[in-house]
Amino acid sequence: MDLNLTPTELGFRDQVRAWLAANVPADWEKHRTEDEMLARFEFLRDWQKKVFQAGWAGIAWPKEYGGRGATLMEQVIFTEEMARAGAPPLANVLGLMLIGPTIIAFGTDAQKKRFLPNILSADEIWCQGFSEPNAGSDLANVRTEAKLDGDHYVINGQKVWTSYGWAADWCALLTRSDPNSAKHKGLSYILVDMKSPGVEVRPLRQLTGESEFCELFFRDVRVPAENVLGQVGDGWNVALGTLMHERATLGAGMQVAFKRQFDRLVELSHTIQRNGHTAAEDPVMRQKLAQSFIEIEIMRLNQMRAITRINQKGVPGPEGSIQKIFWTELNQRFQQVAAELLGPYVQLTKGDRAIDDGGWAYSFLRTRGNTIEAGTSEIQRNIVGHFVLGLPKSY
Amino acid sequence: MQFGLTETQTTLKNTVRKFLAAECPPAEVRKQMETETAFDAALWRKIAEQGWTGIIFPEEYGGFGMGMVEMAATLEEMGRALLPGPFSSTVLLAGSLVEAAGNDGQKKQYLGSICRGEAKATVALLEDSASWSRDAVQMKATGLTLNGRKLFVPDAAVADFLLVVARMDGDLAVFVVPSNAKGLRITNLPAMDATRKLYEVTFDNVAAELLAHGSHARAALDRALDIATVGLVAEMTGGMQRLLEITVEYAKTRKQFGRAIGEFQAVQHQCADMLVYTESSRSAAYYAAYAIQEGIPEARLAVSVAKAYASDAYREVGNRAIQVHGGMGFTWENDVHLFYRRAKASEVAYGDAAFHRERIAKVVVDGKVGSAEEEKVLATDAHG
Repeated sequence: MDLNLTPTELGFRDQVRAWLAANVPADWEKHRTEDEMLARFEFLRDWQKKVFQAGWAGIAWPKEYGGRGATLMEQVIFTEEMARAGAPPLANVLGLMLIGPTIIAFGTDAQKKRFLPNILSADEIWCQGFSEPNAGSDLANVRTEAKLDGDHYVINGQKVWTSYGWAADWCALLTRSDPNSAKHKGLSYILVDMKSPGVEVRPLRQLTGESEFCELFFRDVRVPAENVLGQVGDGWNVALGTLMHERATLGAGMQVAFKRQFDRLVELSHTIQRNGHTAAEDPVMRQKLAQSFIEIEIMRLNQMRAITRINQKGVPGPEGSIQKIFWTELNQRFQQVAAELLGPYVQLTKGDRAIDDGGWAYSFLRTRGNTIEAGTSEIQRNIVGHFVLGLPKSY
Repeated sequence: MQFGLTETQTTLKNTVRKFLAAECPPAEVRKQMETETAFDAALWRKIAEQGWTGIIFPEEYGGFGMGMVEMAATLEEMGRALLPGPFSSTVLLAGSLVEAAGNDGQKKQYLGSICRGEAKATVALLEDSASWSRDAVQMKATGLTLNGRKLFVPDAAVADFLLVVARMDGDLAVFVVPSNAKGLRITNLPAMDATRKLYEVTFDNVAAELLAHGSHARAALDRALDIATVGLVAEMTGGMQRLLEITVEYAKTRKQFGRAIGEFQAVQHQCADMLVYTESSRSAAYYAAYAIQEGIPEARLAVSVAKAYASDAYREVGNRAIQVHGGMGFTWENDVHLFYRRAKASEVAYGDAAFHRERIAKVVVDGKVGSAEEEKVLATDAHG
């Protein structure tokens, strides 16, 4: 066991830290809270361009496609330092974390050259068209049809819960290319230009009040056959690669973000009154704060073990589901602790009386999505039960 | 960065597993727990022959000179096998306390006999208040004479000597007392976990030898408790691992409604939760061991994180294991309750979750550093 960073990694960390200290936009907080969604997105796109130009985008991606060719550990260090510095997120998050790695794993050389550099530079924003009204947890039930017509596929169908659909230039679309197939067979993973005729995007308002999600409609959308990623009919395996990346990497920067939020909550606990003394002096709140600290710390340790495993095996495995169950449920408990500590103030979403510009109210509502997005907790437990513990398949 | 066991550590862990599978199978655990002391001299001798009674102690005292991670790997296997008897009380608790509190001659005598497997020992700390805070110790030493009562002393009936924590001139002190000392009375406290016996020890003008006093004693006690706690959390992880294995196996074979109950998601999800608890405890246990080994400043915090989490986790894994086993899980014949009893005993040993959460709050909410003063004293002592 050796949890120290190597001298190279320490040098890399210091370099990242220095760059972030000099370059994180000072007015990010203002943009985050005051901008309309589209204006904020343009701000984040500019930020990613800046990150890309400085050579920090796609850290573990091959150099020939614009990446840095560095290690997974350095990718993790970068993600952590971003969170530690309170830096804005990168605009093309799905392209960077999910679709890019899938193109690297399954793409032809031409596809890699065509798509990867523009993911890094944020010139082309990506969304992921997986879920459908009747294919949620039962993702293999995908019905969106891709029918070969000469050298094109013609796409018809509907996708839902599509994050960044409103901003996306491209969509990684899971389709049924063989109409006579069922379930996991006969699916194809196709890269679709969102400006193609027949694509319609409708925003979907979520319980936080934002419209992060969209519904996508495809009516006779023609896509060149060369845009299939991986083998025709092998879309399930390609998509699975994406999902594993999603589960393995989604938590990386999250841990540092939780710790920052926790530190802020501790700060607040010294001023907020509870039962006739400060929350920091209240025995019940102290227990709850300590429990949140324990869980956030164990998330960090689990994360280190998961990264060690990925480094040894080369790919993320079904163990990623353990991580996903752990951090999503910890965040829900943590936000509840925060809500209890803030008391009536937690309700306030904006205005002078709202604590931290209503950020806690937002986090409280937003965390309900954690146990649903990227595979519900129930699906994650099915995966753990069957693929990790070897119990019989339940569905 | 590498968060996992090295090849050598894995080999050690496998060796311990194989040894215990042969020497201490479940039938043997049951046999020993039915005895008065849950101690088997032949098994103890074999454990000592492996060198494990001196696992973390310097070679100059007859120890094995291994690190805390090796210790945790060994203890994980002991917890998995539910090894009965005084290993933890003798080696981790008493051994570490002698090492941290004693002078060279005392270490040669007391630690040496532990390392060589010649002596069993224990620590008498808790009193009527049942508090794991060292400040709660009330028992007084008048000169080198002890009077009073200690409770929850593990394995006292088989110990050859006891380390006793008492107050001398208002400050904490650690003494050593041979178990055949005049005025010493050891009475069994019948308890849930029959694999490790607990005792009440009374002192009636008992003559004692001083090991440490004042800040030195406080620091030594903190260190011994930290090491014993990490060992316990590793044991708890091993127990959880075994409960998970037993339960998954049962869920695969037990049939209802014409199929294995493990096919039902209600059962499958219980097992998935057990895995999350087990793996998270494992992460916390090995990190705490590593933190002590490396002497990193947050080591005490890491110990509390691990103990607080595992205290709740082991009990919860036990709850789920019994539930999945249904009626079988509620029987005496099934081994699940043996682990469940151990889980409860482990939960309250060295401070329960609430105790360690408060200790964490003192650091992360109040911003107070652990016991910097004592750490410094100990470091000076170790190097001087």
